[in-house]
Amino acid sequence: MVDLIAKSACAGLLPITIGSLTLTEETPDPVTSIAPFKGQSEAVSERLESALGLKFPAPNRSASKSGARIVWAGQGRALLMGAAAPDLAGLAALTDQSDANAIVTLKGEGAEDALARLVPVDLRAAHFKRGHTARTFLGHMSASITRTGVDSFEITVFRAMAGTLVHELTEAMESLHARRSHLGQ
Amino acid sequence: MRLTCPVCGDRDHREFTYKGDAVMLDRPAPDAGTDAWDSYLHLRDNPCGDTRDLWYHDPCGAWVVVERNTVTHAVTGTALASEAKR
Repeated sequence: MVDLIAKSACAGLLPITIGSLTLTEETPDPVTSIAPFKGQSEAVSERLESALGLKFPAPNRSASKSGARIVWAGQGRALLMGAAAPDLAGLAALTDQSDANAIVTLKGEGAEDALARLVPVDLRAAHFKRGHTARTFLGHMSASITRTGVDSFEITVFRAMAGTLVHELTEAMESLHARRSHLGQ
Repeated sequence: MRLTCPVCGDRDHREFTYKGDAVMLDRPAPDAGTDAWDSYLHLRDNPCGDTRDLWYHDPCGAWVVVERNTVTHAVTGTALASEAKR
């Protein structure tokens, strides 16, 4: 019998530190896609709140509590990470996404400057506050980007894009670091 | 070019994919006849001025009706295709 070894999406690629920025992998488990059926958004939100203390997020928003995070993930859909979904039978379509995504955290002073090289959305703190999330592009990849702190962002892409995601982010981190070193910052 | 996704807000046009004229929202009845269906499938105006197009916002999955002007390039309004009334 062959022993199968579970590997995370970015195994062997992360963590990386360049200048003031660190890129690390997140492995929340489980991850569940929650898509409320027509007219059931309120009921789903109430059920989530009583079970986890988290409402179904409005567009472009996320929320977290006790290690669980719920992130708006497109029209009528959210990703629940780090906690099992309550029973939503008849209210929403649930899909296990635990191994479907590559999830990384970019943290450090200048994180938004590195992302500005790749993402066509203004991620500066004045517009994009903690808990705000955006479905957008990172390079040519569809990505979900959430501000999780003053200088940290959580970035989710499809698992098959893990190598490209790390490559793109590493390049942006390196060029930002080179520019800052050159300018003596 | 910036387009406003009714769900996500103001975004760069690279996030959108162009589909075509919003007449596609007005599908003829199955028995409307070959002329109506021929027109629906193949015939498009080429307006100089105000136009309504369908765009897809790739990251969030919204179909958006964009009202814009082909002369001035001004974008005058956007709405979810699911809610748009002609």
